[in-house]
Amino acid sequence: MFEYSRFYPGLEWYHSRMNEPLVTLANIAVRLGQRSVLQDVSLTINEDEIVTLIGPNGAGKTTLVRVVLGLQNIHKGQIKRRAKLRIGYMPQRFQINEHMPMRVVDFLRLDGSSRDEATNALEESGIRTLENAQVSRVSGGELQRVLFARALLRDPELLVLDEPVQGVDLAGQAGLYQLIDQARKRHQCGVLMVSHDLNIVMANTDNVVCLNHHICCHGHPDHVSTDPAFLELFGHRFADTLAVYHHQHDHEHDLHGDIIEKSHE
Amino acid sequence: MEELLLRALSASLLLAVLTGPLGCFVVWHRMAYFGDTIAHSALLGIGISLMLHVQLGTGVLLCAVVIAIVLAWLFNRYGYSLDSLLGIFAHVALAAGVVLLSFVEDNHIDWLAYLFGDLLSISWTDVQSMAVISGALLLLTFLGWRRFVLLSVNAELAEVDGLNTSLYRGLLMVLIAATIALAIKLVGVLLVTALLIIPAATARNLSRSPRQMAILAMLFGSLASLGGLTASYTIDVSTGPAIVLTAFVVFVLSLPLRS
Repeated sequence: MFEYSRFYPGLEWYHSRMNEPLVTLANIAVRLGQRSVLQDVSLTINEDEIVTLIGPNGAGKTTLVRVVLGLQNIHKGQIKRRAKLRIGYMPQRFQINEHMPMRVVDFLRLDGSSRDEATNALEESGIRTLENAQVSRVSGGELQRVLFARALLRDPELLVLDEPVQGVDLAGQAGLYQLIDQARKRHQCGVLMVSHDLNIVMANTDNVVCLNHHICCHGHPDHVSTDPAFLELFGHRFADTLAVYHHQHDHEHDLHGDIIEKSHE
Repeated sequence: MEELLLRALSASLLLAVLTGPLGCFVVWHRMAYFGDTIAHSALLGIGISLMLHVQLGTGVLLCAVVIAIVLAWLFNRYGYSLDSLLGIFAHVALAAGVVLLSFVEDNHIDWLAYLFGDLLSISWTDVQSMAVISGALLLLTFLGWRRFVLLSVNAELAEVDGLNTSLYRGLLMVLIAATIALAIKLVGVLLVTALLIIPAATARNLSRSPRQMAILAMLFGSLASLGGLTASYTIDVSTGPAIVLTAFVVFVLSLPLRS
């Protein structure tokens, strides 16, 4: 029997690495004090896949992101990350310390990157001109792009974006999503994104996960949005890749997000 | 007389170079209260040193470092919201120090000088050991600079970048505590936090990068030391308060220059 791995040592390893998910979460539970924030959450993020987390305020989306990043201690369950996974992270509500003078380019170089790497990332995010601006002085939309540039610095295998368009006006939102899409293609990375806004969930999302302390449902968004306002904002070229996710709720929640068992009649 | 001034001047310039960058971290991390706690506990360090017959400077330094390690452990475990705990710690340490001191009958030690500093009593041996210690602290600060700044900008980003934030936060707290222990000699327990914060706050108004802020803070600290010593020499006021007041004057003068 012909075993090609004997002739190409490393090929087998290469294949197994490429097929291995970036991150696998199994039956995660997180408690913050007395409050149970996540229960029995299982999730897989594959290479080259966009996973979008949606759900109401306080549903535990950011907590789940922090679990993936390794910032949050878990109560139960297992996390498996690909060995030496390079993660680019764009936090929610980032504010620079007002007492910290910091130019945008220096901010990017804080992780040890060279000046060239920093300016390339700024170029890629379309904000090369902000190089010497103070981080504390850029606008909300610009700051999001600065953070995005920073997330791209390490040629990430996984981009983690926690509400990337928060505080950005609608036109800016479209630009930012376009940027994310381009970056994903260029770096061939997986994306885990939190979005608050059902209208936007869609661009190229492979897997939508609806979270309310547990995973209510998840799957491929199957419908293209036909909302005229949506088409106008994002244009027809974009609309081709848009879909509205149909949320089929097959159960009900109490105030804590726990599933209410239906009584059999 | 001139040699006395020369000793005081070299000691205070040495310290200004150290308090510049570390004062920036105190400002960035809003750690003024931590500084006060370390400073207050210096009296406990003096009490313990006198009881154990250890050299005062060494005792104060070791005590500050130990307390910083304990506080770093608490910070890492419970987060930064430890205001009331710091308040308890600071004053209990101060009270314990004073009680300890009342048990020690030693008329050679003027521990009240530690409250406002006694720069003019400094010896060349003191200056030498100060140079060695502050050189070591400055080297550590320089080597860890980028990581310390990253931690100051955002601990979460730093952690995702793979930085051991607990370790670096602890290290930073120990560096600041050791700096405070050294600087107490200069301006005393009650004023030492001002020596860290005022030059850094002055530098903030005029700088565009963290490095620039640290260098300017060194400069303003040196300026304050020079001015304070001159005032102390010419119009005979105590040096510690004179240095702090000079630092404040420089701060006020810098306000219109804000960018």
